[in-house]
Amino acid sequence: MVGFSNTTPVEDDLYREIVLEHYSHPRHRGELETASSRVDATNPLCGDELSLAWRVEGGRISGIAFSGRGCSISMASASMLCEALDGQDMATAADIAARFRSMLLDKGPSDGLGDLEALRGVAAYPVRIKCAVLAWNALLQELAGTAETEP
Amino acid sequence: MIEPALAPLDVARIRADFPILERKINGAPLVYLDSAATTQKPNVVIDAIGNYYRTSNANVHRGVHSLGNEATDAFELGRRRVAQFIDADPAGLVFTRNTTEALNLVAASYAREMLQPGDRIVVTEMEHHSNLVPWQLASERAGLELAAIRLQDDGTLDMDDAERLLKPPTRLLSVTHQSNVLGTVNDLATLTRLAHAAGALVCVDAAQSVPHRPVSVRQLDCDFLAFSGHKMCGPMGIGVLWARPEPLNAMPPFQGGGSMILRVTLQHSSWNDVPHKFEAGTPDVASVVGLAAACDYIDNIGLTAICEHETRLTKRLLDVLTTIGDIDIHGPLDLTQRGGCVSFNVGNVHAHDVGTILDRTGIAVRAGHHCCQPLMQRLGVPATTRASTYLYTTPNEIDALGEGLAEVKRVFRV
Ligand SMILES: Cc1ncc(COP(=O)(O)O)c(C=O)c1O
Repeated sequence: MVGFSNTTPVEDDLYREIVLEHYSHPRHRGELETASSRVDATNPLCGDELSLAWRVEGGRISGIAFSGRGCSISMASASMLCEALDGQDMATAADIAARFRSMLLDKGPSDGLGDLEALRGVAAYPVRIKCAVLAWNALLQELAGTAETEP
Repeated sequence: MIEPALAPLDVARIRADFPILERKINGAPLVYLDSAATTQKPNVVIDAIGNYYRTSNANVHRGVHSLGNEATDAFELGRRRVAQFIDADPAGLVFTRNTTEALNLVAASYAREMLQPGDRIVVTEMEHHSNLVPWQLASERAGLELAAIRLQDDGTLDMDDAERLLKPPTRLLSVTHQSNVLGTVNDLATLTRLAHAAGALVCVDAAQSVPHRPVSVRQLDCDFLAFSGHKMCGPMGIGVLWARPEPLNAMPPFQGGGSMILRVTLQHSSWNDVPHKFEAGTPDVASVVGLAAACDYIDNIGLTAICEHETRLTKRLLDVLTTIGDIDIHGPLDLTQRGGCVSFNVGNVHAHDVGTILDRTGIAVRAGHHCCQPLMQRLGVPATTRASTYLYTTPNEIDALGEGLAEVKRVFRV
């Protein structure tokens, strides 16, 4: 009665290969002993928990790591965040974060976002957007020192 | 409990009573397996609410005009109808917004006000946050001890631990009748006997039992019982606290305002009789009328028949989950110890991912911690997927879930 064969494969939009790959082999997963910033994020709706830590040296992120547990989208997104921001200067990091959020929340352009573009499909799943932006909101909150970044 | 004497439910006819079941979700027919969160509503309930507003709406318990009198009659008739549904005296039946508010009422007006520092409240490891957090609040305020009966690995309560805890200084046991995660139906007869022998009262969270199996407060011999209308074909916004007269009469009011008073001066007030003493302000009369219609609807079909139907579906559900493989089922497998609400994990796949893939073909399940974070910690998982049945659920829907879970395994290479 249900036809999974009749629908677009979920791998074409939400669970793109690269997303599942980050989920099963996360980059930068672990603790960062020498962190200069550390922030926790939780999604009380689903119990996802995430910690993000990074070190800034000479205005650049010279180390970044995440830990926690959650769904494929929140974990892959955290892994991709770390990969995208490692080595960036703070202004670029904030800019990437803002453009990533805009891609999901306002269906903004994904030019220059590299692998992060693979999460674009999440925009079509409103309940999952919170998962994709969990790590990014935490980062932006810490950078801005405010809590105004709820989607 | 399983008496195959009854004729099976005419599910096709029942489904025709629920207009929402005709909906398509993401292009596929809705497969609603989330009735433990809230049930769908039959036309008779929707119409009863509409008709009340169209023909009889007025405020209750005030004024002398005829319409006000009609509305008051409808409200009090609703109270008697709902009381009958749980075999209770209507004088002990207090309308609340939901189970949560009913439990908060007991926590605030009984536990916080009437227990002494050092007294103990006992809950269990499987409680919904609404049967845990109110007791935490009351305990902090009144210097009470809060303890939880341990859960065994098979999803049933450790009755040795229950026996250890249900001793002085325990003054109240608050326990769920049926777990909203594990489906476990707790042995209330034994728990109540132990609690009463220790001089403790018993409060039952019946949110998941009253809708699904015959419940009699007289047979349960409990002191408080709470449930929600929206989980039994009734509207959202109406719930019930039933209490024995002894604690209820002695308890101070929960909220102050209109209807709950007898006489008010600028400095002092005296209280109306129970149950009105606990119903401050204008009540949700339309929802009471809707809940009474839901009681009629369920009784016309028969709770025993509904319970049997759900047992058959649960058997099929457990079989399907077992056949698919790589699925951890939480809670008892013995059908005599559980209801139609089954939580599971698919390999290491997060429940959200399971829920999203199922939703793509119209299958609605609950994914998350189910307001039971301590239970999730006990089970060692961040979240589970939960499928739950009701009188309108079909075997085909269970099979559709099976197909959906096979798709989950394919995408996540479990
Ligand atoms: C066992 C149990 N207790 C309490 C509740 C709370 O019900 P409500 O949200 O209607 O107050 C629920 C439902 O969510 C439940 O399943």
